[in-house]
Amino acid sequence: MRGKGFGILVTFCMMFLFWLLLSGIFDVLHLTAGLVCSAIVALISHDMIIKGDEEKILSKSFKLAIYIPWELWQIVLANLDVAYRVLHPKMPIDPLIIEFDTTLQSDLALVTLANSITLTPGTITIGITNGRFSVHAIAKEPAEALTVDGTMQQKVADVYMEW
Amino acid sequence: MLEIIVVAFLAVGIFFMVVGAVGLLRFPDFYTRLHATGKCDTLGEVLIIVGLLLYHLFHYSETPLVCVKLLFLILFIFITNPTATYALMRSAYKTGVKPWKLGDERQ
Repeated sequence: MRGKGFGILVTFCMMFLFWLLLSGIFDVLHLTAGLVCSAIVALISHDMIIKGDEEKILSKSFKLAIYIPWELWQIVLANLDVAYRVLHPKMPIDPLIIEFDTTLQSDLALVTLANSITLTPGTITIGITNGRFSVHAIAKEPAEALTVDGTMQQKVADVYMEW
Repeated sequence: MLEIIVVAFLAVGIFFMVVGAVGLLRFPDFYTRLHATGKCDTLGEVLIIVGLLLYHLFHYSETPLVCVKLLFLILFIFITNPTATYALMRSAYKTGVKPWKLGDERQ
């Protein structure tokens, strides 16, 4: 029961903060409307954002905050990589499709890994079926970087605490 | 000084958008074209928005909430762009679009 109340409260605060930031009008009418709407949304959909284990949420958000800058750097590298391949006169591409298994369980972790793969150099996720990733790689090196070294899987597993 | 930084952000952003467009034209098949557009558009758009955000922050500092909205835009682009790329990839793969191999004709 405590878990549910906590979920509703956190969702309500997030929704109301979102309302304040996006509306930018601070008179009584708009604030009341915001409070009512946030309360309704929080009551209906609190279990979509906060699921059960409230102890881990803080440390997960903290780890996510560390993961995001690394991911941003990977995005810059990915863009330079694509720019190089696009602008090189000989177009050094040799596409192949690879498959690998992952140990990650939760949907959120799988989605994070899939989106991270798409944003990092030379690889795009095609699909996930039963924990098996299909990835389209634009050349051999990025494919090997993903399958052999597995840093990214490790990092995502770290963030969502799944080992 | 501020103008230089803003213009630098906008220029690099536009550079990546152009690279994405060139890649769309040069690459041989659907999947490799998505590599170019899916990645370059993400960083290009985000860099352009960061440039606009800095400009707004210093020239129109009486309405800082616009910057918050731009930040939300950046966040949503980072989530939706790879997801849309993934959806296109998956539907192409499921409907049997053949991936290009080295040595094949352009599609």
